[in-house]
Amino acid sequence: MNITKEELKHIANLSNLYFSDEELEKYTKDMSSVVEFANELSKIDTQGVEITTSILGEYNIFRKDEVKESFDRDILLQNAPEQGDGMFKIPKVIG
Amino acid sequence: MDITTLTIHEAKKMLENGEITSYELTKAYIDRIKKIDPIIKSYVTVCEDRALQQAKMIDEKRKNGEALGSLAGIPIGIKDNMCIKGVKTTCSSKMLENFVAPYNATVIENLEKEGAVILGKLNMDEFAMGASTERSAFFPTKNPWNISKVPGGSSGGSAAAVSADLAIATLGSDTGGSIRQPSSFCSTVGLKPTYGLVSRYGLVAFASSLDQIGPITKDVEDCALMMNVLAGHDSRDTTSANLEKLEYTQFLQNDVKGLKIGMPKEYIGEGINDEVKSAILSAADKFKSLGATVEECSIPVTEYVLPTYYIIACAEASSNLGRFDGIRYGYRAKEYSTLKELYEKSRSEGFGEEVKRRILLGTYVLSSGYYDAYYTKAQKVRTMVIEQFKQAFNKYDVLLTPTSPITAYDIGSKTDDPVAMYLSDICTVSINIAGVPAISIPCGFDSDNMPIGMQLIGKHFDEKTLLRCAYTFEKNTDFNSMKPEIGGI
Repeated sequence: MNITKEELKHIANLSNLYFSDEELEKYTKDMSSVVEFANELSKIDTQGVEITTSILGEYNIFRKDEVKESFDRDILLQNAPEQGDGMFKIPKVIG
Repeated sequence: MDITTLTIHEAKKMLENGEITSYELTKAYIDRIKKIDPIIKSYVTVCEDRALQQAKMIDEKRKNGEALGSLAGIPIGIKDNMCIKGVKTTCSSKMLENFVAPYNATVIENLEKEGAVILGKLNMDEFAMGASTERSAFFPTKNPWNISKVPGGSSGGSAAAVSADLAIATLGSDTGGSIRQPSSFCSTVGLKPTYGLVSRYGLVAFASSLDQIGPITKDVEDCALMMNVLAGHDSRDTTSANLEKLEYTQFLQNDVKGLKIGMPKEYIGEGINDEVKSAILSAADKFKSLGATVEECSIPVTEYVLPTYYIIACAEASSNLGRFDGIRYGYRAKEYSTLKELYEKSRSEGFGEEVKRRILLGTYVLSSGYYDAYYTKAQKVRTMVIEQFKQAFNKYDVLLTPTSPITAYDIGSKTDDPVAMYLSDICTVSINIAGVPAISIPCGFDSDNMPIGMQLIGKHFDEKTLLRCAYTFEKNTDFNSMKPEIGGI
């Protein structure tokens, strides 16, 4: 199955990835072969088979909603590419 | 005697008897890393000062007669996707090149509680996506058995380091074979435990329904010693199983009499290298001669496990890697004007080619209009895989297969075709899909003297039978005692 360049642009946009025209060519070609490989699955009959939602049986994990010590803000901010006034800095979002 | 060749159990005895100190042992490894690792390139970060400091502290405690843990003074290496507080955790990616972990993974806490000394962080395929360690954004790791060949992956640094005596043991992570396949390529012992047995808290997530942490060691006894420390419930990982803690070393019995071993024919058929196949058949004969029964069996769904694996793994990865946005941590592009541009450029520049390919595939199979045909379908085939393994285990205690259909190949020979690369995961991915445990142990060498590994697969939480079976094979063969001659050094 062939993926078109337009389809790849759409998927890239959903993935928050940007590609140059040259890269678009390459990734479109790669994706076509990978999707073709994934299409093998259409050959197997799964009529009446349930989907797997949990590997070791279904159960929920509950815990008490307790106040606990969390991470130190300054330490966490040390990994931020840009920060100020104890906050992460990003470009202006609202016009 | 070169003390870096010791196993954990041998070093433990010598430490306890006062024949060596932890400082001497750790220093010997640091010196060897300095000498040999420029060739092998298994380490991304070496924690020299931290390690020597830890070792001194253990020696001090021992001198004072204080209580010591089961791994006191044992130098261990860690795959670079597990967090150690204050140490870089890069996932061998430009995205996390400068990320310093603000906390310890549970496995690190457990190791250090038992006195282990952390030597450093080991190279891997970027975000654990790959099977050769060539996808590291920094440099490829070399196979100690032949430095022109790959060590396997994604835990290639972890397996190469153990094989080249650059760590006494290491931790790897395994999403579709990433502990077992490099163990097979480098002639080490690698265990992927049952899903839920070892906490993943502090492991950078790739595909959360498949990821497991496990040990890579020089022999099966060391594997059991590591599992004593690694296994256990952790409330910080909601998939962590709450089971009674076991002493895995008690299952090291040199006896497989009466054990029923199945050999799924799909794993020794077409596409399996002849030398690998013949090593596996010899291993089967060995088990028979030791009193086990070995029979051919079938897991027919095997034909479909690779697309199933890649759909599920990439879908989960596309979601898990959404967190890398250039804001809270990780790489941020230099030039951008809007927030969307910041996301796109940071991710496109920070992630390597294979990671981007997998994010794209994952996003595609989860996108509107394709979800049912790919993702839902794969989750149904996953149910069939789980069922067929269950059926096989109604009849057999253990399943025997090759770990990889091929032995280690030349660096650079397979990087161009992503699908060809995916196909070599055929023997390992089903195990993660089914959530069962599997161990890879050395079982031969090909005509180029490259290692061959066999995979033993067990029932959920039946690591004990795997260890017993692997231990018996190791005690009755010589493959484990072979050592690589690193480029004649």
